[in-house]
Amino acid sequence: MNGRLVKTTRFDSYRDVGDPVASSKVYNSQYADELVFLNINRTERAVSTLLDLIEKVSAVCFMPLTFGGGLKSLAEAEQLIKNGADKVVVNSSSFENPGLITEIAGKFGSQAAVASIDARWSEAQHRHVLASDCGRKPEAVDLQAHVADLQARGAGEIFINSIDRDGTMEGYDLRLIQLVMAASKVPVIACGGAGTYAHMKEAFVETDVSALACGSLFNFGDSNPIRAKAFLTNYNLPFKRV
Amino acid sequence: MGLRELVPGTQSEMIGIVDMEMGNLRSVSNAIYSLGFDFTILRDAAGFGDVSHVIIPGVGSYTTAMGQLHKLRLVTALRDFAATGRPLMGICLGMQLLSDRGDEGGDSPGLGLIPGRVSKIPDDPVRRVPHIGWNNLEVKAPDHPVFEKIRSGVDFYFVHSYEFSADAADTYAVTDYGRPLVAIVGRRNVIGFQFHPEKSQANGLRLLENFCNWEGAC
Repeated sequence: MNGRLVKTTRFDSYRDVGDPVASSKVYNSQYADELVFLNINRTERAVSTLLDLIEKVSAVCFMPLTFGGGLKSLAEAEQLIKNGADKVVVNSSSFENPGLITEIAGKFGSQAAVASIDARWSEAQHRHVLASDCGRKPEAVDLQAHVADLQARGAGEIFINSIDRDGTMEGYDLRLIQLVMAASKVPVIACGGAGTYAHMKEAFVETDVSALACGSLFNFGDSNPIRAKAFLTNYNLPFKRV
Repeated sequence: MGLRELVPGTQSEMIGIVDMEMGNLRSVSNAIYSLGFDFTILRDAAGFGDVSHVIIPGVGSYTTAMGQLHKLRLVTALRDFAATGRPLMGICLGMQLLSDRGDEGGDSPGLGLIPGRVSKIPDDPVRRVPHIGWNNLEVKAPDHPVFEKIRSGVDFYFVHSYEFSADAADTYAVTDYGRPLVAIVGRRNVIGFQFHPEKSQANGLRLLENFCNWEGAC
């Protein structure tokens, strides 16, 4: 946001956690598997805000780079990819313009089109309710139906984010991940809630999720991808060898 | 005629990176630059005489890419370059374009530099498609100059839905994804990587460096 890296708690309370380029260089040197950059600025949604960042990061990080936030058109997706993004993320647009994912997958391949879903648990409705527009607008569609639809439209990966767990460091929403894994045939990346390496082990072992994304875990405290993988390797979870 | 013949006794590489007007050249050119090699972007047939190496990066679909190569008159330029014996590399879709035919986006002929065809990886409940993530190689041609100083068992970054079915003799490495998927193809001075060396951190950069230092013989 505004050129800075920020962390939220339940999609609120923005905290500045540093310079994104500097952080990226550190993660690259720690052999992180992928970096996902999301523009969560609720007022400034233009994709142009990301272009300068992509250019700087791709000059120093030779690893998969995924960018999104406010993506509304194929032209914007193209801009991100031409500037250095390997994959682009679509969230809100998938509700108002589901054909966008098909356009992106058609031009760049489905492996370049990541569909992101933000969800919060509703005790009243006894289900996960999806939200678009940075978590502000509840969407009526059922979680699993939406996952199936995104995939049918060409999404190559699903990024599932728990709004309830975001920034809380209380552990991933395992039930949410399981529902998405059951509905999806494409790889799934889960995000929201990692506070300890044990939370990651729990998610990998109990849901068989394809990948885990972490924000707070690596920003607060002295945890890092190297130590995370060292811990997780004890549970026979395979990670890349360098 | 390459630069080395013009100035005997010196080595000066000029890496040509093909721009098909589809996708991301920056990662490859940034990687080449960070390794200390000069590069130039090839947008038409004209520049091929001045480069010592050519890299075809690739994002997108086979049929669209071949359409672009024809439109930009690069098909003949690439085949002629390959015939000179200078090193030619394809990355991901670029590797797939080296084949005879591909069926992504329709059935299309490729550059025909390495026999084989490109088709969709079948869906599987456990090994999801696209094949996205880091995976290690089983190297079949360990003496090839491109593998110098690369330790066995290290992982590279794959992100693809289509695979290249090549002859055993042209398969330099496979990766295990439930079954062996072709990871590296090669024939004489031509080589193709299904994974992205420019996205595979230190080991990927080492592979790119080896390619840039290679003179095409194997």
